[in-house]
Order: sequence, then C-alpha cells, then structure tokens
Amino acid sequence: MIVDVEKLWTVFGPPEHPVVIHQDLDLRVRRGEIVSLVGGSGSGKTTLLRQMLGLETPFRGQVRVLGEPASCMGGQGASSRVGMLFQHGALFSAFSVLDNVAFALRELGNLPDALIRDAALVKLQMAGLAVADAAKMPSDLSGGMVKRVALARALIMDPPLLLLDEPTAGLDPESSDSFCALLGSLHREMGLTVVMVTHDLDTVFELSTRVAVLAEKRVIVNGPVREVVAFDHPFIREFFLGQRGRRAMATLPEPAPAAQPV
Amino acid sequence: MEEPSPRVTQQDTPQGPCAVLAGRWTAAQLTEASAWRQASRDLQALPAAAAPGALLGWNLQSLQQFDHIGAQILWDHWGRQWPTRLDATPDQRAVLERVAQFTTTPPAPLRSTPRQQFLDLGAWVLQGLERGKDLTRLIGQLLLDMLRLLRAPRRGPWRDLSGHLFSMGAAALPITALVGFLIGVVLAYLSAQQLRQFGADAFIVDMLGISLIRELGPVLAAILLAGRSGSAITAQIGVMRVTEELDAMSVMGIAQGFRLVLPRALALAIVMPLISVWTTLAALVGGMLAADVALGVTPAFFIEALPGAVDVANLTLATGKSVVFGVLIALIGCHFGLRVKPNTESLGQGTTASVVASITMVILVDALFAVVFKNVGI
Repeated sequence: MIVDVEKLWTVFGPPEHPVVIHQDLDLRVRRGEIVSLVGGSGSGKTTLLRQMLGLETPFRGQVRVLGEPASCMGGQGASSRVGMLFQHGALFSAFSVLDNVAFALRELGNLPDALIRDAALVKLQMAGLAVADAAKMPSDLSGGMVKRVALARALIMDPPLLLLDEPTAGLDPESSDSFCALLGSLHREMGLTVVMVTHDLDTVFELSTRVAVLAEKRVIVNGPVREVVAFDHPFIREFFLGQRGRRAMATLPEPAPAAQPV
Repeated sequence: MEEPSPRVTQQDTPQGPCAVLAGRWTAAQLTEASAWRQASRDLQALPAAAAPGALLGWNLQSLQQFDHIGAQILWDHWGRQWPTRLDATPDQRAVLERVAQFTTTPPAPLRSTPRQQFLDLGAWVLQGLERGKDLTRLIGQLLLDMLRLLRAPRRGPWRDLSGHLFSMGAAALPITALVGFLIGVVLAYLSAQQLRQFGADAFIVDMLGISLIRELGPVLAAILLAGRSGSAITAQIGVMRVTEELDAMSVMGIAQGFRLVLPRALALAIVMPLISVWTTLAALVGGMLAADVALGVTPAFFIEALPGAVDVANLTLATGKSVVFGVLIALIGCHFGLRVKPNTESLGQGTTASVVASITMVILVDALFAVVFKNVGI
C-alpha cells in the first residue's frame, strides 16, 4: 500500500470555532495506480495532499505513506520517496531552472557536480523543456513552463510516489494534452504511483485508473472511472453528469481495464 | 438621437396613471451627479405608488438601456415589491427578477459587548504567549543548528552566508558611513557650544569618544541595519511563505532553520560589529572635523588623546552588544516572516512590525547592557 489514510479527521481553527475539513476519511492507494482526487471547491483536496506530505497534522486518525507515518516525511532524502507538484509550481525564485531541478540532488552533497548537472538536464528534457531553458529564472517562464520545471524537480530522484495539485489548471488545451501524455508515459516507464487533485474532467478520464471523490468531508467512492461515474450520489451526478461531464465522458475508451498491480 | 439622460414622466392611460421611464437607466448614466439628481427628483415627484385609488402603473418599454443599477433603484422605490401594473420587455423583467431575488437586508453588525471585549483581551494575551513560544522555539532551533554546523562545517550553508554577508554588510557601508559622519558632526557642534563656556575644549575628545564608541555607534548601526536587513529578511521569508516555497523546501527535506534562519543570523552576527566599528569611525571623523572647525581642536590632538580618553573595554563592550543586536534582529525578522499570511496587507504589516520590534529590541537590550555593565570601562 503506497498511501494509507485511515479514519482521518482534519480540524482547523481555534477550539471555540473549529472548522472540520475531513471527518472519518479513508483512502487507499496501491502501487502503480493513477488516482484522481476530485471534489467541489473547498472540499479539502489540497489539505488531504498536504496531510500525505506531513505538512498538516491529523486531528485524529492516521496517514501512512510508503509504510511510514506521514509526519516522518520531509527528512533526509525525502525527494527520493515523494515528489510534489504544487498548484503554482512553488519554484525557488532565487534559483535558475537548472538549480531548481538539481536542488534535491545537490542537497545530498555526495555526487559530483557534472553528474548532477547531466541528470537535471535529462529530467528537464523529459518534462518537455529545452536545454536553453536551463539558465532562465522562474520569473521569466510562462505558466506551462513553470509546471514542467516543477514536475522535473519533483521527479529528479525518481520517487515511487508523485503528488500533483491541479497540474493542468491554467494551461491551454495543447499544453494540457502534452502534460497528460507526459504523465502517462512516465507512469508506464517508471511505474509511478500518482495521486492527482484536479478539476479537469478530460484529465480525469484520460489518465486515471481510479477516481476518489471527496464530498461531505470524506471519500464517498474510490474506484475505476466507470464505476465512480455510475455511483448514485447527488454530488457525482452534478459533477460527472452535468454538461461538461457528459461531453468529457464521451472520450472514455471502452472498458478494458489495464492491469491493476497490487 | 434621443436624449440619454434617465427620466420619468407621468402619463394617463386607460388603466390609470402610469409612470413612463425614458433614457438610459444604467450605471454609466446614473452615476453622473446631474443625472442622478434629475432621476431621483422625478421619482419623488410621482404620486406614491401605494396611494389608494391611484395605483401607479410602470412602463419600461421606451427605455434605451436598462441594467441592474437602474433595476435596483426601481426596486427600492417600489418598496421591494412588484407593482400591480408593469409593462416591460422580457429581458428587463429578467433583470428585475434577479435584483428582486438577491436584494436582502444585510445582518446587523455584531456590537462588541464589554464581555466580548474582555474575552478578546484574554485571547490577545494568549496569542502574545503563543508568539513568545514561537520566538523561543526559533532561538532554541538556532542554537541546535549552530551545534550542527560546528559538528559538520563542510555541509554548512556557506553560499547563503556569503550572499547575506554581502547584501547585509558590504551594501550597507555607504549609508552607515554617511549617517555616522553626520551624527558625529552634529554631536561635536552641540557639545562644543557647552564645553567652550567652561573652557573645557579638550574634553570634546572624551565626550565624543565615549558616547560614540560605547553607545551611539553600535545603536545607530543596529537601527540602520534593523531597518535595512530586518525588513528585507521579513519580506523575503514572507514571500517564500506566500508562494509555497517554504512548503516545497520542507517537502524536499530541507530544514528551514538550518538553511534559512542560521545563515541570516550568522551573517548579521558577523556583520553587525564590523558595521558598528565602521559607523563609529565615520562618526569620529565627522566629530573630529567639526571639533577642529568649532573649537580649534586639531585632528592630530584628537587622535593622540583618544586612546587615553577611552578605555578599550568600551570597544569590547560595543562589539559584544553588536553581536547580540545582530542575532536578535535576524531572529525577529525570521519570526515575523514566518507568520506572514498570503495577502499583501499581511506582508506590509509583518515587515513594519518586524522593523519596529527590532528597533525596540535594540533600545531595550542597549539599556540592559548599560545597566549590567555600568562599572565597566568608565
């Protein structure tokens, strides 16, 4: 089990006015899955990702990632376990693109500089950027390029788990397409497990092996796309079967589920 | 072209008196002072809509343009009810319906009762204690990080440190020299007036020497650097918080204390005594020149008499004070930076609070040192 969230309660705010974000939330992600985490605005999707990264503490319940409690994430070599793509990239604004991507490798301090540089350039090109972009500063990049650099940075140490927060938000359709193609091919080649928060139904249908729907402060259904779409719940009906949902669903391939390794 | 100004006229129709709107009842037209006055005068001049036996109908058909502001004015004039007779196009009706649907009375603002204010005071005190805890944690983490640096010096954040040394130290040299020089000149001139009365011209050296080396040099340098570097630190770390760079760092396993706070604290601890000496020197040069002009005390005499007038313990004390100032300014800057929320107001407030707190801290610590070391060097 790559990600194991069990009876999670997330509560913000002072004790007099608590705001409950998650209530008794369960979520399990197995190796090799691409899970789309969908839900309405404010339903706590980004907060759930942050719980998996150990950036928030559970009020109750536990979050285990790669067999260890999430609060232990973020130690030495964290980048070799989990890569995170933040919603707006969160690139280090003082560093060039190459330094951003190579950051985690340099932190370990044991590899020669030339090797680090080569590895970073490879990841940059895998993410769809040109070698000439390596010297640019984050403020010189367009939105799509920022996301690609952030993806290269997340993947620099080939972590088994990749977390993405709205990867296609603000991207034009062509960039979204190539981003999905990239994620798909990386998933196949590197056996990545991906948990992706997204509103983009096209991405959900094209890429995901499973969909987890976050509503009423918990995951109401977690399963293959067709199963989720057929689930009877008012939120799912509105989300997937509204005008956009139906159009996007037309692109679903006929059911022939890919191998689901445990 | 028809006159666009919004107006209302009354006509008599077979169904009864009717108010006919004309012109453009839109935000652009109605926000002109003259147009608004005219329109409200026209509306006031109409017989009251609910006058018995003279139910007023409304005709919107001849309007050139109608938007939500026009609709709001009508809706309010109608007392938030539909009139019995309304002649309007379907689009105008849709606009009126939307305004009707969403017009509400906002809830009355909560009055703050004395009990609530009392509770707020308590909450404020608890918040202050939380802040104190955070600052203590920061200081503790800094000490642990310094130990870590001593144990493995090769893995220290040396590049960050050198960058900060430049921007906090080298770049501050011109301004501190200028301010120091001018303070020295002013101090010398003012003291000269008094000393000449007593024929104690030579004591200008003692006065300037002790006050500048022991107190004014370090404190002035600290205040200048608090404004310069304290605000820069808060702004840098605050923006990193807003753009989630801090989250990205912790996700990648980078210790914030070791990579962000330690280089800044160390840099300011190194830079502050050096800048303090630099400022003191500039002030002494200024004072020396002013003493020459005002009292005829030659620079040669000044330089010769200075070591005798001022004990070297003063310099040691000043340097020690500066190191403490430097570390605390950096810690206060980091503390406020880490509390910045994702909005511009919070960033401005945090930066201001950081500088004010740093300067206050400098004055307090200086007073503390003055009391504790009052028998040293004088």
